[in-house]
Amino acid sequence: MSDSEKIDNTRRNLIVATSVVGGAASAGAAIPFVASWWPSERVKAAGAPVEVDIARLEPGEMKVIEWRGKPVWVVRRTKEMLDSLKAVARLTDPGSKDSEQPEYAKNDHRARKAEFMVMEGVCTHLGCSPQLKGAEAKAEMGGDWSGGFYCACHGSKFDYAGRVFKGAPAPLNLPVPPHAYLSETTILIGEDKKGA
Amino acid sequence: MSGRLMALWDWIDARMPSLAQEYRKHLAEYYAPKNFNFWYYFGSLAMLVLAIQIVTGIFLTMHYKPDANLAFGSVEYIMRDVPGGWIIRYIHSTGASAFFLVVYLHMFRGLIYGSYRQPRELIWIFGMLIYLCLMGEAFMGYLLPWGQMSYWGAQVIVNLFGTIPFIGPDLALWIRGDYVVSDATLNRFFAMHVIALPLALLGLVVVHLLALHDVGSNNPDGIEIKKNKDPKTGHPVDGIPFHPYYTVKDIVGAVVFLAVFCSVLFFAPELGGYFLEYNNFIPADPLKTPTHIAPLWYFTPFYTILRAVPPLFNSQFPGVLAMGLSTMILFFLPWLDRGTVKSIRYRGTLYKSWLAAFVIVFLLLGYLGTEPTTVWGQFGFDAFFLDTREIATWAGRVCTVIYFLFFFLMPWYTARDAARPVPERVTP
Amino acid sequence: MKILFLALLFVPALATVGVLPAVASEAGYRLDRSPHDPNDLVSLQSGARVFVNYCLNCHGAQFMRFNRLVEIGLSESQIRDNLMFPVEKVGETMKVALGTKDGKEWFGVPPPDLSVIARSRGADWLYTYLRTFYRDPKTVSGWNNAVFANAAMPHALWTLQGERALEVLQVKSPAGHVAAEYRWSQVSPGALNAVQYDAAVRDLVNFLVYVGEPAGQSRKRIGVVVLFVLGVLFVFAYALKKAYWKDIH
Repeated sequence: MSDSEKIDNTRRNLIVATSVVGGAASAGAAIPFVASWWPSERVKAAGAPVEVDIARLEPGEMKVIEWRGKPVWVVRRTKEMLDSLKAVARLTDPGSKDSEQPEYAKNDHRARKAEFMVMEGVCTHLGCSPQLKGAEAKAEMGGDWSGGFYCACHGSKFDYAGRVFKGAPAPLNLPVPPHAYLSETTILIGEDKKGA
Repeated sequence: MSGRLMALWDWIDARMPSLAQEYRKHLAEYYAPKNFNFWYYFGSLAMLVLAIQIVTGIFLTMHYKPDANLAFGSVEYIMRDVPGGWIIRYIHSTGASAFFLVVYLHMFRGLIYGSYRQPRELIWIFGMLIYLCLMGEAFMGYLLPWGQMSYWGAQVIVNLFGTIPFIGPDLALWIRGDYVVSDATLNRFFAMHVIALPLALLGLVVVHLLALHDVGSNNPDGIEIKKNKDPKTGHPVDGIPFHPYYTVKDIVGAVVFLAVFCSVLFFAPELGGYFLEYNNFIPADPLKTPTHIAPLWYFTPFYTILRAVPPLFNSQFPGVLAMGLSTMILFFLPWLDRGTVKSIRYRGTLYKSWLAAFVIVFLLLGYLGTEPTTVWGQFGFDAFFLDTREIATWAGRVCTVIYFLFFFLMPWYTARDAARPVPERVTP
Repeated sequence: MKILFLALLFVPALATVGVLPAVASEAGYRLDRSPHDPNDLVSLQSGARVFVNYCLNCHGAQFMRFNRLVEIGLSESQIRDNLMFPVEKVGETMKVALGTKDGKEWFGVPPPDLSVIARSRGADWLYTYLRTFYRDPKTVSGWNNAVFANAAMPHALWTLQGERALEVLQVKSPAGHVAAEYRWSQVSPGALNAVQYDAAVRDLVNFLVYVGEPAGQSRKRIGVVVLFVLGVLFVFAYALKKAYWKDIH
């Protein structure tokens, strides 16, 4: 091996070493810049879990709460409403296999307690907020309508457990947010670890 | 390089040959003198700081609110609530001071080695324009945190324009867009700071470098390496390609600089009140002036000159004029210097003494600007023939006179200076 | 030349270490050095309690979030139970109960927000200020302060320190210089003795310094890592430069 080749090897090794350490240092320097795009503490505080008082919620009534800037519906379901959930043949994903919900809401009524539906009111199609349409809206919704939610943007229909009807543009059921019962009359939306 | 990469490069080169041409012109075949010393790091370091300021600035604007009611709070929001925000903000605030430090050293290099002399006058002028731009950038950026020093500093500086005869008051009103510094001022300063001046700055850096690469770099010996070319290669015998030699050297300089920079950033971001003033942690209050207003350290030499000139005919304008002249006079340096040699290495005692006096005076002016005028106390007698009894004010006046004499007498003492012979080839 | 230059670089560094006290007291009262320790979590926690009980009624810290106090070793439930009103969320900032308008009516000036007070005033000033209140019948509040003359704030911690009186004497030293001598006397005792009171103020100042820059401690930790990485990078970069510059003579 000649002298010049030896020098070249030293140089090449040092270029590699400097580039590796320099690259690692640059990646480290990028951390705060990348991190600054994550939600700030203020945003997190604003998106903190919300407590809902359900003591005065009448059967069949709906309450809309804002959580993380999204509408969350709490509906105290009547017996008729719960009965309407048995009609599963018309649904795209009746077992909610592909849909988004916590483990404890992966059941027929998609809730911790069957009586109270807790649902993110954001259509899984393009993010509009559907409206509540009672069973009485048959004229508008068709003869077999037994009550649920209707998205005016593109016509998706959902039942009283937020499950989407076949043929609707929305691909999935409405998401169920994490929630927990702090007491008989208080639901905490946004967190499921406490009080579960 | 693997075959595939080579093919990609050929593909680009066929379509955009200027890429390779520019690379050769500015890096691989830009022949720089081989005897660059310590002082030659600061040009590339200034570019590094500019890049740092632009990147951190972009990220700060994502969270900052240019609104008089929200600005102060949004800075604290960045410091506390934004993940990594405090690092970004401290980099930017430390970077501002670092920029001036590096630029002052870069200018001093030009001064001692005569880098402004023929044929490099344009490089010097572009450099001075960069410096002025930087002053505007720093001044307007300093209003943005909307603390007491931001507010009153801006108030005082804008009022300096107000002392200009005839047009002054209207000019100050026009700059502020309000009768005092206010939300309107904050908004326009924000726009100038984040887009207008940075664009100008970038453009000026480009022409500064283009002009430099046309005539070639000066060196510590102040001799033209292009006059002595190797007849075989056509390259200067005392020149070496910028890449790789000066790229690897500048990387070392950058790492050392970053170590100093990070020491301040992580262990003393306020640097004892010199980089972040304590009073600027008090939100701006238009009804309450702080007892002692001092600009940040990089403006203080000129601030002392302003304070040193006594008012004439009840007008502060002479002081403002002197302050303006103290920066503008640097533009004329290439024509004030009549020396037969460029570099301090071959200058005589006369020039060296003047330069030493200038350096001392400049540092003293800078120090006096950070302190109240009473820093050294008062004369023990009733100085009726002086309009002030403060020793520091008089020291400031003496320094101001020496500062200007350095320039005004330059044609005389540089021409009379007993220069030593300059060697044919560069020396280490 | 290089060495001289590097030496010059260290002058401002020395200045910051505290050789030159940049924040001086306005009234000329000599400031005591604050003995606070940002690593002392017990002191920070006790400072947080003093802050919430004695300061937060009139002053806010509107940029400081309660839940951030987990950094000083408190759990979220401790923060909620001991430091907060039950209606507030733990992610809220330390807002003041008192409105700005009320504050202006009661004290003449609205009490300043304390989020960054330690950064504008400095720990030494706060530590001295909070320990130098005295009874003064000439002021509206009946209190005055040796560091901050005619401070609008009455002595918020007087139940702890008790009431004190101050006599300022002009004393001539043997060399002929006239200097002010401060003579303190206890008028009525407080709940704490002098040593305990100083410790309580130290804890409070410690907390205020923390609130001024909550990232202050992690800043230094990250700094050590950054400097280490730059040190390693320097070794390689320097060796690389040497390897290239070998052929330049």
